[in-house]
Amino acid sequence: MCLAIPHRIIRLFDDKRALASAGAVETEIRVDLVPGLEIGDVVLVHAGFAIERLREEQGQEIEALWEEVRRMAGIVHE
Amino acid sequence: MNETRERIALLSKALDLMTDRPIRVMEVCGTHTVSIFRQGLRSLFPPSLELVSGPGCPVCVTDQGEIDAAVSLAGIKGVTVATYGDMLRVPGSGSSLVNERALGRDVRVITSADQALEIARNEKTRLVVFVAVGFETTAPSTASVILDAHREGRGNFTVLNLHKAVPPVLEALASDKNIALDALLLPGHVSVILGLSPYRFLPEDHGIACAVAGFGAEDIMLALVEVVRQIREGRPRVASLYSQAVREEGNCLARDLIDRVFEPCDSSWRGLGNLPLSGYGLREEYSSIDALKRLEISINDTSPPSGCSCGEVLKGKMLPRECALFGRLCNPSHPVGPCMVSSEGSCAAHFRFSRGGDHPWKH
Repeated sequence: MCLAIPHRIIRLFDDKRALASAGAVETEIRVDLVPGLEIGDVVLVHAGFAIERLREEQGQEIEALWEEVRRMAGIVHE
Repeated sequence: MNETRERIALLSKALDLMTDRPIRVMEVCGTHTVSIFRQGLRSLFPPSLELVSGPGCPVCVTDQGEIDAAVSLAGIKGVTVATYGDMLRVPGSGSSLVNERALGRDVRVITSADQALEIARNEKTRLVVFVAVGFETTAPSTASVILDAHREGRGNFTVLNLHKAVPPVLEALASDKNIALDALLLPGHVSVILGLSPYRFLPEDHGIACAVAGFGAEDIMLALVEVVRQIREGRPRVASLYSQAVREEGNCLARDLIDRVFEPCDSSWRGLGNLPLSGYGLREEYSSIDALKRLEISINDTSPPSGCSCGEVLKGKMLPRECALFGRLCNPSHPVGPCMVSSEGSCAAHFRFSRGGDHPWKH
């Protein structure tokens, strides 16, 4: 129930409905919680509704955290 | 795969070096629970890091009295109950929705709130009851469909509204000295809707380290490194490590829909009892859609199944295997409590994935 799966928008029917694909599976989804979607956008779909548009970039917090991890691992190698 | 394996090994090593005292972390998302087991991450944690599952599975936290109300609705002539698949097999006090269906009652599985309304549109002689469970991730879709039904004047569509709010249950857990949490892995999809600010009371008032995490092995390991780092530095905060989907402010439109249709109300949680303002009650304006009012059914206090420890498991006070029923008397083929029914329940995850054998990271 908590599961949300990324889908790519293939077709927009109106401001409420779209056809989206996850791999080979195409499903009709509701898009009224995420306005302004375009074909090709990737959305997170939960219980048949897109809940957010996914962005590709990784946050700065994650980059900073990896720095910390590598620093710790550096200590191991010394 | 080799590169992933190396990165996981690096994270495991860092976590091991950083964890210099006992640390208790709780994850409160069913998808995290399953992901941690499926990917064999537990065997990578240092011994002093304890990860317990909290009330992150919506079906599992639905109270026994609420399940009984759903089951009793299915028995009413002319009623069609529509709900998510996980709800069907949860045992009520006398029956379950799946049993009712076997007896010929009209109980249908849907994967979206939209489908429940579609049944009402297509079958005008049936009174459809959509049994709506879930946290902030699902509440906006229920709200959207309620607004559609209201706009259409769809008189044969009703909702048994059992939605619950995550921040108040985190407050209850954080305040319980017996649970003694050091850190929380916050639920990723709930956070997509809520954003980060509703969690700030956790570090500020309770000193609990928090991270919003994605669902891959690397995401979860990184989140653990983050909360351990916060604890070491004595600076608990809400870190956002799922920025692909979670914005600082959340999904404002979805939250507006929740506010239009629901208002905070007290709600009963399995194992946690009645928590103030932890539910989303239907606003008066939509009372004609309230299945309890339309069908004059009430939600009563009922005891959980005898011997079932789901309540203690949901609070992180007991591990599934410590329950006397686990495995032999309660298993996925014959579940006694909801945590064994839902695929996201911690008992089901323990049963499916904790049966020994090699795990993928140690080769």
